[in-house]
Amino acid sequence: MILTNVEVVPGRNIVEHYGLVQGSTIRAKHIGRDLMASLKNIIGGELRGYTELLMEARSEATSRMVAQAEELGANAIVNVRFATSSVAQGAAELLAYGTAVKVE
Amino acid sequence: MLTDLILASAQLWVPLLVLGLGYFAGRSAERTHYASIHAREESMPDVPLVTARTLHDDRPVAEANLVTGSVVVSIDAYKRFAMSLRNLVGGEARGYSSLIDRARREALLRMRESFPEADVFLNFRMETATLFSGRGKNPGSVEIVAYATAIRFADS
Repeated sequence: MILTNVEVVPGRNIVEHYGLVQGSTIRAKHIGRDLMASLKNIIGGELRGYTELLMEARSEATSRMVAQAEELGANAIVNVRFATSSVAQGAAELLAYGTAVKVE
Repeated sequence: MLTDLILASAQLWVPLLVLGLGYFAGRSAERTHYASIHAREESMPDVPLVTARTLHDDRPVAEANLVTGSVVVSIDAYKRFAMSLRNLVGGEARGYSSLIDRARREALLRMRESFPEADVFLNFRMETATLFSGRGKNPGSVEIVAYATAIRFADS
């Protein structure tokens, strides 16, 4: 599966469009990470636990989107976008969406 | 007697301790981080990065791939306090500017590092999201995501 965030797959021709595919996941932070993060809130800087949490969540959302595209028979997703939102206190939603296409 | 006094004045010295810790630890962390960012930016190969969506190059493309880099940061206690004062008079919040600048450059470096074979990064985008916010006065954390389509040409 080829993913790009432009309208085309550079170097390949799109032969078929399958429409929108998306994948999302809502992740809650756990208490251990939260404790570390509240300490980090004093000294500032990167919250490594959260960075990892969101990376995992983003790859989960992406793989759900890819699974949807595979079901349609696509071999690439173009114009991929990511969105992050804070849906509930202590939880974040990660959304990945794009257009499933078939390339030569 | 003395312990009573220390305990009674805890309301005063605990916040001061937190502020002091935030100031010194935050400052040294920022200095270390900037040193690391500068060193990595210097040693990074000079791969063009564009926000354009189209490729103006006739060379055949071998590979096109979505690449991402992200970082979650939080402000320190001293800067948070300084920000509450800043809110009274307005103007640029330098503490936040430098924090977000560090985070942006870090996310960009991580994105570049994730695909070192790239010849060009197309349609570069950067997004900022506030996370886990809304608990009292806690401004929460900020996530920066950098993403682009990495292109590798066939002849390189």
